[in-house]
Amino acid sequence: MSSAPLLSVEKARKAFGGLVAVNDVDFTVKQSELIGLIGPNGSGKTTMMNLISGALKPTSGTIRLAGEAISGMPAHKISQRGVARTFQLVRILPSLSAVENVIAGAVFGHVRAWGDDAYREAEVLLERVGLGGRGNAPTGSMTYIDQKRLELARALAAEPRLLLLDEWLAGLNPTELAEGIALIRALTGSGITIVMVEHIMEAVRALCPRVLVMNSGKLIADGETGTVLADPQVIAAYLGEVSDA
Amino acid sequence: MSLMNEKEQRIAAIALVLFGAAAMIPFADDGYYLSLCVNIVMYAVLCTAWTLFSGPTHYISLATAAFFGVGTYSVGLGIDTLPFPLLVAIAAVASGVLAGLVGLATLRLSGVYFVIFTLGLAELVRQVVTWLQVKFLGAVGLYVFTDLTEKHIFWMLLALAAVVYITGWLVNRSRLGFAMRIIGNDETVARHVGIDVARAKVILFMISGAFIGITGAILAPRFAYVEPPSAFNPVISFQVVIMALLGGTGRLWAPLLGVIPFTILFDRISASFPNHTSLLIGVAFMAIVYFLPRGVMGLIDDFRARHAKSRHAAAGVPEAAE
Amino acid sequence: MDILVTGTVLGGTYALIALGLTLQYGVARIMNLANGENLVLACFCAFWLYTAASINPVLGILIIAPVAFALNWAIYVFAMKPLVDRAKNRGQLEIDSILATFGLMFIMQGVMLLVFGGQYFSYNFLSEPVRILGENYGLNRIVSLGAATLIAVVLYLFLYRTRFGTAVRAVSVSPQSASLVAIDVPRMSAFAFALGGGLTAAGGSLLSTYYTFNSSMGVIFTMKALIIVIMGGVGDVRGAVLAALLLGLAETAVASLIDPGLTLAATYTLFILVLLFRPQGIFGRQTA
Repeated sequence: MSSAPLLSVEKARKAFGGLVAVNDVDFTVKQSELIGLIGPNGSGKTTMMNLISGALKPTSGTIRLAGEAISGMPAHKISQRGVARTFQLVRILPSLSAVENVIAGAVFGHVRAWGDDAYREAEVLLERVGLGGRGNAPTGSMTYIDQKRLELARALAAEPRLLLLDEWLAGLNPTELAEGIALIRALTGSGITIVMVEHIMEAVRALCPRVLVMNSGKLIADGETGTVLADPQVIAAYLGEVSDA
Repeated sequence: MSLMNEKEQRIAAIALVLFGAAAMIPFADDGYYLSLCVNIVMYAVLCTAWTLFSGPTHYISLATAAFFGVGTYSVGLGIDTLPFPLLVAIAAVASGVLAGLVGLATLRLSGVYFVIFTLGLAELVRQVVTWLQVKFLGAVGLYVFTDLTEKHIFWMLLALAAVVYITGWLVNRSRLGFAMRIIGNDETVARHVGIDVARAKVILFMISGAFIGITGAILAPRFAYVEPPSAFNPVISFQVVIMALLGGTGRLWAPLLGVIPFTILFDRISASFPNHTSLLIGVAFMAIVYFLPRGVMGLIDDFRARHAKSRHAAAGVPEAAE
Repeated sequence: MDILVTGTVLGGTYALIALGLTLQYGVARIMNLANGENLVLACFCAFWLYTAASINPVLGILIIAPVAFALNWAIYVFAMKPLVDRAKNRGQLEIDSILATFGLMFIMQGVMLLVFGGQYFSYNFLSEPVRILGENYGLNRIVSLGAATLIAVVLYLFLYRTRFGTAVRAVSVSPQSASLVAIDVPRMSAFAFALGGGLTAAGGSLLSTYYTFNSSMGVIFTMKALIIVIMGGVGDVRGAVLAALLLGLAETAVASLIDPGLTLAATYTLFILVLLFRPQGIFGRQTA
């Protein structure tokens, strides 16, 4: 395992007219790291994710995946290079069955699965996220947490190098939250690199050895979780908005 | 995913019987009814080819007349020098290329641009072809003299219809078909699982356009004299849209539900009230938008769903979408 | 030089038509494919007013435009509003409105064909030549350009200098935000749609003074208006005028220098260039 960064964000900037959502953000992520990206509402975290996944193009700056510049590439090309994500508002494919939802993640990326093999792999993944045996269930009537699991299975089906989780643990009750945290922890064994945007400090403390903090588009802290969360500047940014689930 | 499951085998058997029966029609009649059937099969092919693209993408294409005209003209230009089958192949390639160009220009953008562009496309191609003909051939209009009669055209169209349906079936089972289903659900997700959305749409549009071009080529012998206004007649585009939407775009054979009634109705009205055809087209469009947004197929689906609900209390697994 | 003046006159006419459609699409979000039919109907009305009642077409606008306004208000309320209420997202509304106005276009065309027949109509009004920069132009064209300019300026002042006009522009930018600041969006949409219809009718009235028209020519004008609206940037009045002038000049140039049979090719070439390089139009806002 080399120590060269898998993901490197260099002075990334995204402006919407006069509003600068991401303001010259710099950071790197090493292979197999699990880092948190936190910050108060409107700090630009999801925009940052969108820049990495290709949903948005940066106004300036470069984003590299294993050295190759991916900023400016269309989302599908970035996805094929091994980046997968979940969305802040869960996006499952309503007219496809659950197993088809998962297969969707595997067909068009570098895995290029198809046919019976694809179905088998998908069933394995459904098992892994806790939806074992429910491959043919109608996705529209699934509970929120189950839909989230499905979206995660779809992202994993692509066998990504980099997994982006956008507030994946949001909206869960305490039991579900504990299950969710365990699920993510179980992923780390496979060598996958994970960047998770989160509001829930309990999860961030439990899962992420390192955390990045954004505020009003700028990166204001980057370091070991305990230290960062005690930093007065970080606390000030969150003043009145601490969310300990 | 086996080759053909039970339900598909049943449909294939029914289709074989229907095609066989249809092939007998030229032996039953040689005049008006044969011509009417040629029209019906022609529109069946056009509408199915149209639905192949516009169904999954929800992009309304008004380019049918342009591809049809290109097909007709390919035959008209080469009929004295090249064999007919080769001309049909050329027609397929030419319309496919035209579709590709149009697709590349417009399919990365929202559906509105596409509709507007295709609205005038037939006119544009007509103007350019007229200009080219005047400049290089001196005359506007081509004579098409062949031994092909209405009978032959009917059988060729029937064969083409079979090819279109098989192609549609194959596309639905392929990665492209899967990609279109995903795109239809959520384009952002489609992009993020690695689907080149624009490319998928363009490829589908080219397949659709090629079939329409072939149809135009097959119909060329019917004209005897081919000139731009009749080859690139925009009314074809409008009729195809009406019939396809009337039938429904949810299934490959749904357009038939619109083709058969509308072709007959239009034929009757243009014979008895020739000045009222515009009105008929207009009323048909409004009726579709306000009362039949998912076509006759949609009504059938709703009817079936209500009956299924009343028969099964807790249904098992619903069938996966086509 | 001749191209410049003729092109500008043509552009001026296109501008009025495009302004009407800009309001209908930009504010009311209805892509009105029956816009051209509106225009032709106005031509017929102007013709009738002049030949039957000797009313000057330019003054006739004072009758025709309000009638068109009322007619389009009715069309919006009875035909378009149900679609707006039914649509789950903007894309679906666009498709529905295209199909519905398409149907409307055929119905209007069908009725005009039945009533007036398919032959061409024209009449003489101010057709004496006027010398400008060494070439002769019909006075009617110059008057038409002048009237169009006047109407465009009044529209601009209305939209950018009055409260009501600003509210109309707010709806075109963002209907949801507009309703949050107490603008009655459905009413504004109906108003914009009706006003757009009135503008197009005014354009038709002016056009009829120097253009030979018939029942079926609506489609071509609709198409050009659509292309102009998109080229100028949807919802932007200045963009529409600029794009209209550009189109008028380009078409005239192609017709004079290359071949009059290729005017549509010229239009499409411009359209394709815009689609490839700046799909949001000259003054359009880039979608994030």
